[in-house]
Amino acid sequence: MCGIVGLLIKNPDLREHLGELMVPMLIGMTERGSDSAGMAVFSAPVSEGDRKLSLYCTDSKFDWPKLDASLHARFGMLSLEIQKNHAILQTAAKPVDIRTWLRSEYPEVHVLSIGRAIDVYKDVGLPAAIASRYAFETLRGTHLVGHTRMATESAVTPKNAHPYTAGEDWCLVHNGSLANPHSLKRMLEKHGIQFESDCDTEAACRYLDWRLQGGEDLETALHHAFRDIDGFFTFLMGTQDKLALVRDPFACKPAIVAETDEYVAIASEFRSLAHLPNIKSAHVFEPKPAQIYSWSV
Amino acid sequence: MNRQGAVSAAVFDLKRTSVREINQFLHHPLGNVTHVTIENPDGAHNVAVGVNQPVNIEIRGHVGYYAAGMNKHASVQIHGNAGPGVAENMMSGRIDVKGFASASAGASAHGGLLIIRQDGGLRCGISLKGGDIVVGGNVGSFSAFMAQAGRLVVCGDAGEALGDSLYEAVIYVRGTIKSLGADARIEPMSDYDSAAVASLLGQAGISASARDFKRIASGRTLYHWNADANQEY
Repeated sequence: MCGIVGLLIKNPDLREHLGELMVPMLIGMTERGSDSAGMAVFSAPVSEGDRKLSLYCTDSKFDWPKLDASLHARFGMLSLEIQKNHAILQTAAKPVDIRTWLRSEYPEVHVLSIGRAIDVYKDVGLPAAIASRYAFETLRGTHLVGHTRMATESAVTPKNAHPYTAGEDWCLVHNGSLANPHSLKRMLEKHGIQFESDCDTEAACRYLDWRLQGGEDLETALHHAFRDIDGFFTFLMGTQDKLALVRDPFACKPAIVAETDEYVAIASEFRSLAHLPNIKSAHVFEPKPAQIYSWSV
Repeated sequence: MNRQGAVSAAVFDLKRTSVREINQFLHHPLGNVTHVTIENPDGAHNVAVGVNQPVNIEIRGHVGYYAAGMNKHASVQIHGNAGPGVAENMMSGRIDVKGFASASAGASAHGGLLIIRQDGGLRCGISLKGGDIVVGGNVGSFSAFMAQAGRLVVCGDAGEALGDSLYEAVIYVRGTIKSLGADARIEPMSDYDSAAVASLLGQAGISASARDFKRIASGRTLYHWNADANQEY
């Protein structure tokens, strides 16, 4: 079992309050997932030549200022915003060069996401503890994708927590279990795609990114996913300007959507939506199986 | 809880009282209380489960999983949508969902009447064992899967594999059926069927003509093992 939450703000005035609105949504899914939690938040993109990298280290005593200094020495101008075990690096350097350098110089530091709009936080522990550790209530932005995990098929580690990312400004969270992640993984590895965890969700995330990189739009990629991905899933996905939601043809895992003029909110269960403003007059519906739902910023 | 006067109503607010406390109240003799209102359910699970006495329960909002499960004798109105497994294993009484119901509504219900005013989700009436279900809107795929006894009346359309591996429950559908499940077949409506549908619609207060419904029942070809079927039905 796991919980998913998603929120896309239509009213620009509410974007300041994205984090405040989301925290009760995430905590509301604690009973569905109490071992890990994570959040991908999308905000206005940084300038075209820049990229943001979300970095994570499990060691709470890790010397982030030292990393900051080494990064400056190696790559020149950049900014590193540190929050506990996590930091957001903004740089004009190529992400691939940073990643390669980190792998050799700081192998304990993991890159959680790359993009112009996305920041990712994920860790093990209760959703409330993670929300407070990374000050989720202060997050601002246009949309987000969150997850609370109850592991069933791979270990409880920060790496195996969701959201998963691949490429740039792309993330996916998953409630369910896949039947063919290993064959997907073998197929993708033949195309040179590297995996970082042993969680089935990573296969779905990288599969869809592979199709997107191949030039397909999200809807076309998802149509192929219904053919190629076998198992139970509710997937919630984020791109720079979109949220998308699909459920498997058996709708084995729950999902509910509430939409008003101001926001679209998605969760595994209504109890994560009950606190949202004007929820009583929201259009509340249960997404149908094997249908693609998407909302743009 | 707020008892209103010396008479018969009790009001609970789930923002202040836990589901467990409310359910414990409902599981004990209620004295002169005949009407219980539950405010702000906000998607809570297991609201008003296991009630075993004649009482009117009004739930004012959306409920989560298994609302009014195992109900016996009580009449429960849900003024909102219901999560998965509403009225599961109901034995008797009446459960009226004013909004839509998620998956597995009325699963294994042995008796009583479940009314869903809007759509029922997937697997509506799965393994039904004698209860009746009236759905004002559509039902999702795999509805009445392995249903053994009882009736499912669908005023809208039915999804895929309706009545798969059906036993002796009977399904009535007014709209279209995307596909029938293994061993389910459309049969002519008899006078008995029309009367049954009219009676259930009447109990639900839904005005529709029983003549517009189709009867779906078991072809009974799966009742005995057929070695020649080669696992294909």
